[in-house]
This record gives sequence, structure tokens and C-alpha cells, in this order.
Amino acid sequence: MRINVKLFAIFRDIVGQPEVELELREGGTVGEAWERLKGEHGRLAGAVAAVLFAVNKEIVEPEFSLHEGDEVAFLPPVSGGGGV
Amino acid sequence: VFEVTIEELNPEPLAEWVRQDDDGAGVVFVGVVRNNSKGKKVSHLIYDAYGDMACRQLQEVGREIRERWEVGRIAISHRIGRLLVGEKSVVIAVSAPHRKEAFSACAYAIDRIKEIVPIWKQEVGEDGAVWVGV
Repeated sequence: MRINVKLFAIFRDIVGQPEVELELREGGTVGEAWERLKGEHGRLAGAVAAVLFAVNKEIVEPEFSLHEGDEVAFLPPVSGGGGV
Repeated sequence: VFEVTIEELNPEPLAEWVRQDDDGAGVVFVGVVRNNSKGKKVSHLIYDAYGDMACRQLQEVGREIRERWEVGRIAISHRIGRLLVGEKSVVIAVSAPHRKEAFSACAYAIDRIKEIVPIWKQEVGEDGAVWVGV
């Protein structure tokens, strides 16, 4: 199945685009999708201390199984708020 | 009100929006772009967001506040895009019957924004551009 993944901030800079399409086995997990993208873009591996996975705008565990059409996003550690 | 916007932030309407006759306290927090970070000069910031999810997570922060304190109304507005030094990046307004709850809720909100809301900050200064917190 083909999965579209949204990328933000440092991930988007490294990959060079805001969204990528990945080919995964049926029922593949979001963690597998991340490993796949890291394989294609080695700099992702050491870029952040942690990554969060979001599917359909909810935070999920790496073991979460994906389905065609899911809205998937890889999130670097967040850093919003003001200068505080 | 829970929003992510590219428009300039104005605290006054939010402060007025949270005001209610049965609430005796209103606290407004304003986050502002500072001209330095860790001893280095900052010329401006760029905020990026996962817009739809950020709005949902701001609402989640609101839910968490209501689980913890008796508050009246909550408003959180976060700006994204390119922000210059002195510009407002986030405004949080909370009303409550009493001041203690309003202060606590406001402090909690800004802490949680930095933990669970998918918004990212890039500092641009002398040494180039750096994503914060990675």
C-alpha cells in the first residue's frame, strides 16, 4: 500500500519536501514507515532526540498499523510558545 | 477560542472574550519574540505548525485545564510564520472565579503548549537558522 506522510520543521528541511509517499506492506506500522524514510534519508536518524508519530491527527505508538488513506505525520520535538 | 494564525496577535479581544460576570479574575499571558537565545543574537523566528492537529491539541490543553481547575473561559491563539523581535507569538487568556486558578491554568497552558502542540520554532540569527528543541 502507498502511504503519504507529512513532514514538518527539521524533517521537511532534511527531506526537502513537505510530504512524501512511501510503499509499505499491507498493515505495516507507522514505525516501519519511519524506518523506511530513515533508510532513504540517513540524516533523519541523528537529527532529533525523539520522534512522535501522528495518524489522523492523533499521537500513536510506533506499533500502530496503517491503512491506505491514513493521514500520517512524523513530528520532531515541539517547540512552540513564546520566548520563555 | 483555540487557534493557530498567521495574523498579528492582539491580546485585548481575547482578554475581553474570556471575561464573564461570575468570574473575578482574568489572566493573560503574552509570549514575545526575544532578541537573544543562549547568548546569541536572534534577528527573527519562523514558526511552523501542523495546523489542524495543533488546533486539536490546543483544545486538548483546554480540556486538561478544566480537569484540574475551576475556570471560566479559555482562549489560546498561537501565531505562525515569520515573526520579528518584539512580536507576539502566543496569547493565552483564562478567566476564573478566583485569581489562583486563573494564574495556575495560564501557566499550565504555556507549559503544555511546549509539550503536546505540534508547533516548531526556528531561530534565525548570526549563525544561521536553527530548529529549537531537536
